[in-house]
Amino acid sequence: MAEKVLMKGNEALAEAAIQCGCRHYFGYPITPQTEIAAYMSKRMPKIGGTFLQAESEIAAINMVLGASSAGVRAMTSSSSPGVSLKSEGVSYIAGSDLPALIINVQRGGPGLGGIQPSQSDYWQATKALGHGDFQMFVLAPSTIQEMVDFVKLAYEVGEKYRVPSMILSDGMLGQMMEPVEFPEKNDQDIPEKPWATNGHQNKRKKNIINSLYIEPQELEDLINERYQRYELIMENEQRAEEFMTEDADIIVVAFGASSRVSRSAVHMARAQGIKAGLIRPITLWPFPDKTIKKSMDTASKYLVVEMNKGQMVDDVRLVVEGKKPVEFFGRTGGIIPTPDEVLAQIKKLAGKEE
Amino acid sequence: MAVVFERPKALSDVPFHYCPGCTHGIVHRLVAEVLDELGVVGQTVGVASVGCSVFSYNYFDCDMVQAPHGRAPAVATGLKRSLPDNVIFTYQGDGDLAAIGMAETVHAATRGENITVIFINNAIYGMTGGQMAPTSLPGQVTQTTPYGRDTSVAGHPIRVCELLSTLSGTALAQRVTVDSVKNVNIAKKAIKKGFENQINKRGYSIIEVVSTCPTNWGLSPQEAMKWLQDNMLEYYPLGVYKDVTAEGGNK
Ligand SMILES: Cc1ncc(C[n+]2csc(CCOP(=O)(O)OP(=O)(O)O)c2C)c(N)n1
Ligand code: SF4
Repeated sequence: MAEKVLMKGNEALAEAAIQCGCRHYFGYPITPQTEIAAYMSKRMPKIGGTFLQAESEIAAINMVLGASSAGVRAMTSSSSPGVSLKSEGVSYIAGSDLPALIINVQRGGPGLGGIQPSQSDYWQATKALGHGDFQMFVLAPSTIQEMVDFVKLAYEVGEKYRVPSMILSDGMLGQMMEPVEFPEKNDQDIPEKPWATNGHQNKRKKNIINSLYIEPQELEDLINERYQRYELIMENEQRAEEFMTEDADIIVVAFGASSRVSRSAVHMARAQGIKAGLIRPITLWPFPDKTIKKSMDTASKYLVVEMNKGQMVDDVRLVVEGKKPVEFFGRTGGIIPTPDEVLAQIKKLAGKEE
Repeated sequence: MAVVFERPKALSDVPFHYCPGCTHGIVHRLVAEVLDELGVVGQTVGVASVGCSVFSYNYFDCDMVQAPHGRAPAVATGLKRSLPDNVIFTYQGDGDLAAIGMAETVHAATRGENITVIFINNAIYGMTGGQMAPTSLPGQVTQTTPYGRDTSVAGHPIRVCELLSTLSGTALAQRVTVDSVKNVNIAKKAIKKGFENQINKRGYSIIEVVSTCPTNWGLSPQEAMKWLQDNMLEYYPLGVYKDVTAEGGNK
């Protein structure tokens, strides 16, 4: 078994990408994802890879589009304002059925916002990072180990279904240090890409990577085919962690950094005799509706905790369909809620307000 | 019977959609002939841009990627960095290259990105119906400069080859046109040099082709060619602006 090393989230994620066979990194500087680019700039030249500091996030995502078209594992990383600029490229990547890895180490918004951790890009990541009918596979790590493990998952799922993948992290996970373990032999099973535009060598028909379809029927057919793949992803790739949910009366739903706080709050609530539990969505798209639905057998109330003004809460309410109350608690602007604040909300729901 | 004229192998057997008198078709043919002569079709990946030439992915018989508007140099960069031994070219209009994609263009050039860029300067936005381009001439009437391009309001046209020739990463910046047999031959030689530079890893090569858009200029094919000769060539002088090969004096 590989040994554990103490690493910063951003650096662990970058190393994980390298170990997954990523040799092409394109990015533009922004806080708080800086360490990813810095790490790549140190490592890539030593292993025959490409680190390229692009002129903008727009250029960087389009370089990823080119590299993914060539069939290699490529990635880009940024933070909220930079991810907005990538939206054009992400839409083209989705419309061209390309896999690609995009990292968002979120900070406060809108606009230039702030540089402290935030989860206010949930809607952007899961509903509309760019124009048109499309989805990305979105993973939300909550530990540095998951920052490592999800890189492989993001590549594998993206390549299997030919969709872009995003790891939706935040400034807290990016900057935090924890011991991590790197699985051995991560880049062994990179699949063949017969669709890649890497030169036909006069041996096959030419490949075209394209998102333009002038004929409406042709475009609708293609999008319908893509949505069949999305159905498969929704069926097969939902992931969520359940913590103390078996007998839970009040279920907290939280992802990423806010799930860490929520877990502490659930512990504290249990110590005070409140039957609280936690559902932590790991895939934000596909949203883990099966796990939430199942929990409705026992839970009587839900509390959604986010570092924004209430975004994922919409998805929880869609699943719960008004059958149980779904409350929301959040801090925004770069503020991380405290376990005590979350506990107070749980107690309020339990009717145990002091 | 001896074949004296045939479709280049690097062109697919698909009819062009270009308007009569449009020079896109001539330039396509020149690029294809060069790819044939260099024997590199099998290792070439072309990047189509957004503009009238967007469907060039159907015409060139090599692998093709269709890039977002203006982003062809970035897409080509991603391809080239992943496939350093392949031949990568972009085919871009003036709106694509010199307006929305100017940042990508300048930075690909200054990085000395080892790609070949075919740049169609027709002084107008063809595909969207004839709006002002960054290369529209002073006084030129377009859909969005109905009283003629007023430079005090709409600024001045950009001379792309001159601009890029100041950058150290540029290997070749040459402006050509295709209004005569002689100039077609010069254009083909320039395009060939642009691809040879790439094969010899010399950096970014751009061949600017001063082109016609009879449809949006509101002229017949003959009138359009004359308008090009009478108006465009004065503002956009033909010639070599930078050439790092021995022929160009290793500038
Ligand atoms: C982001 C974006 N903005 C605008 C457009 C609309 N559009 C399509 S082609 C074009 C102009 C193309 O002109 P040019 O590059 O000069 O090529 P030409 O058609 O003249 O060959 C524009 C503005 C687009 N497709 N994408
Ligand atoms: S609109 Fe202009 S540039 Fe486009 S094909 Fe017609 S003549 Fe050529």
